[in-house]
Amino acid sequence: MKQTSIEVNAPGALTRRRFLKTGSGVLMGTLMATGGTLAALAPSHTWALTMNALTDAEGDKLLKVTRAIFPHDTLDDAVYALVVKDLDGAAANDADVAKLLRAGLAELDVRASGNWVGLDYLARENIVIKMAGTDFFEKIRGTSVVSLYNNEMAWAHFGYEGSSYEMGGYFDRGFQDLNWLPDPDAGASPAKA
Amino acid sequence: MANIALDDDTAVVVIGSGAGGGTLANELCQKGIKVVVLEAGAHESAATFQNDEWGSFGQLSWLDKRTTSGSWRVARDFSGLPAWICKTVGGSTTHWAGASLRIQEHEFKALTNYGKLEGANLLDWPLTLQDLEPYYDKAENKMGVTRTNGIPGLPGNNNFKVMYDGAKKLGYKDCHTGRMAINSRKRDGRAHCRQLGFCFQGCKMDAKWSTMNSEIPKAEKTGNLDLRPKAQVVKIEHDKSGKVNAVVYADADGNLHKQKARVVCVAGNSIETPRLLLNSESGKYPDGLANSSGQVGRNYMRHMTGSVYATFDEPVHMWRGTTMAGIITDEGRHDPSRGFVGGYEMETLSLGLPFMAAFLDPGGWGRDFCRAMDNYANMAGMWLVGEDMPQETNRITVHASEKDQYGMPVPNVNFDDHPNDIAMREHAFGQGRAIYEAAGANQVYPVPPYPSTHNLGTCRMSAKAADGVANGNGQTHDIDNLFISDGSQFTTGAAENPTLTIVTLAIRQADYISRQMSLKAI
Repeated sequence: MKQTSIEVNAPGALTRRRFLKTGSGVLMGTLMATGGTLAALAPSHTWALTMNALTDAEGDKLLKVTRAIFPHDTLDDAVYALVVKDLDGAAANDADVAKLLRAGLAELDVRASGNWVGLDYLARENIVIKMAGTDFFEKIRGTSVVSLYNNEMAWAHFGYEGSSYEMGGYFDRGFQDLNWLPDPDAGASPAKA
Repeated sequence: MANIALDDDTAVVVIGSGAGGGTLANELCQKGIKVVVLEAGAHESAATFQNDEWGSFGQLSWLDKRTTSGSWRVARDFSGLPAWICKTVGGSTTHWAGASLRIQEHEFKALTNYGKLEGANLLDWPLTLQDLEPYYDKAENKMGVTRTNGIPGLPGNNNFKVMYDGAKKLGYKDCHTGRMAINSRKRDGRAHCRQLGFCFQGCKMDAKWSTMNSEIPKAEKTGNLDLRPKAQVVKIEHDKSGKVNAVVYADADGNLHKQKARVVCVAGNSIETPRLLLNSESGKYPDGLANSSGQVGRNYMRHMTGSVYATFDEPVHMWRGTTMAGIITDEGRHDPSRGFVGGYEMETLSLGLPFMAAFLDPGGWGRDFCRAMDNYANMAGMWLVGEDMPQETNRITVHASEKDQYGMPVPNVNFDDHPNDIAMREHAFGQGRAIYEAAGANQVYPVPPYPSTHNLGTCRMSAKAADGVANGNGQTHDIDNLFISDGSQFTTGAAENPTLTIVTLAIRQADYISRQMSLKAI
C-alpha cells in the first residue's frame, strides 16, 4: 500500500512520454518548494503522473478535490498527485469506480453553475464540503487518508522520520532531545544503557 | 522439534501461539509433555518485521472477515475490524507494547468491592492475588519486566518528558517509564531496546518479549513441541462420553486435517476462542462446547480506552523511542467519588504519521483535521486504559449467514459502552487534557477508542458453573480435558494491560494440567 515516490522526470522525458501517450493524460506539476527536504527527495523540480483511466483534466480536477477535502496549505501538489494516482488506478481496475469519479466531477460543475475548476480555492472547497457523505466524497477521502500520508514526501513535509531500524533506532539519535521541558528525575527515567 | 502423528492421542493440542498459548506450550514442553501448537498465522521474525505501519499491519493483523454491531463507534468507523490483533506465530505478543502490570487485589473481587451495578454482570474471580503472586513472579522474570528482578527502567523518551512534566504539575505521584517487558539491558539472549519507535510492528531488535522470540524457541529446544503455522482450526471434536478428542484444522492450502488430542487448550484470543467453541456444536452440545451456562461469548470486554493527543509550540517527535514506556498509575485506584467504579491507567502512546491520519479522528477531514496533522511533529500522546464493565449483551456470536474461506460462520462482535465506561472515559479525557495543558499544550485532541487490542472475558472463570465457562484453572466446567488458555478466561477486565496476567495464568495452568495428567484425571 505504500508508495515511496511518484514518477519525477526531467522535462525532456516528460515531453517524450506525453508524445508517446495519446490515449490518456499526463498530470504535470512543478514543486512549490525549490529548497528543503521535499525538493531534496526529487531529482527534478517537475513531476509527472501518467494517467491510465482518466484524462489529465480529470486528474487535475481530482487533485483539486483532494486538496479541498484535506487542505494542507503548504503541502505540495506532488503529494496530492499520489492520491490521484491511486484513484486513477482504482478506476482502471473497476469501471464502477471510474463512473463514480466521473459523475462526481460532473456534479461539481453542476453545483458551481459552470466551471468548478475556474473558481478560487475557497469557493471550490465550499462546494466540495457540501458533498460530504456522498460516495464520491467518501471514495476520495478514504483513499486519501492512506495515500496522502503514507509516502516519504508527506513524511518529509510533516517531519515524520519513517523507518528507523536501518539507522540503529533513535538510541543515539534524539529520542530524548526535547529541551524545552526539564528532564525527569533519574528514578522516573533512568539513564540509558 | 517434535513430529507428532495426526493419530497420536497422547499430546496436548494448544490452539494459538500468543501470550496464553505460546507460554502454556513452552511450560508444558519444559515438563516433558508433548505439545502440538496450531497457529493460524505465518512464522515471521525480527528479520521480516517492518518499520512501516501499513506494511506491518498487512503482515501481522488478523484480517479475516468479522462483523460488528452495537452502539460503539468502532462499529461505524471500522465495521469489519472490531479488533486490532494478530494472526502470526507469537500472536498479539508481536504487536503488544510491553506494559506489564499486575492486577490489583481489589480488582479480583470486583463484585464484592464495586457492588451490583445495573446492566453489569460483575463477578469475583475464583482466585485471588495471593494465589497468583508466585506465578506473577515467574512471569515477570520470564519476560524480563523492567523495575522487577533488579532490571532498570527504560530511559524515557521525548513523549514521556511531556507526560512527566504535566503529571508533576498536576500533583500525580506515580509517573515513570513503566514496568515493561522490553530489555533495558541485554538479557536472556535478547538485545536491549534501541528506541526504534516501532513496538507495535514487531520488535526488530527482539528487545521486546514475545512468545515468538522467547517461549516458542525454548519449547522447540526441548524436542517436545510440534509447531504448525498456517493451521486454522475450524472445529473441536469429542467422543461419546463428551470429552474432547480431536481438533480439525485447515492447512495453508485449505486441506483439512484431524489431530487427535489428549487435552485441548484454546487460546485464540477472545473473539476466536468463543467462536470456535460455538462453531464446534454437536448433537451432544447443541449450544457449542462448554456452554451449559450460556456464557460462551458473553461478557466481552475491551477495556475502557481512549487517547489524548496534544500539540505544543515546540517539537516533541513523539514517535522516537519506546512507544509505551511511560505511565501514570494514580488513577488506577477504585474511588467511586470520581463518579465511576474501578480505575484507569495513563500510558504514553505514539502513532506514526500514516496511522495518525487513520486514527486521530476516524472518518475525519477538513481544516481542523489538517491543522492537527500539520502539527504532527509537535504532538505528544497518551493512551487511557481502564476497567470496563462485563455485560451479558456485549457478546461474540457466530453469524447466521456469513461464512469464512473454510465455510465456517464468521464472528460478530456486539458492543455497547456501559454508563460506567462512559463516565470513566470522560474523567480520563479530562485528566489527560489537564496534564497536557499543564505542560503547555496549545491544542488538545481527545481521540475515540481504536479497534480493540485488549479483548477479554468471553469464556470467563467462575466459582459456580452457572456463572461462567471455566474454573479457576481455566478448565471448562463442562469438559475436564478442555481448557481456556487466553484472556477469554478473565472474570473481569481490571485496569491493567492484560498480557502479564495472561502469561501468569498460563504458567499456573501448565502446573495444573501436568498434575492432572499425572493423576490420570485427564
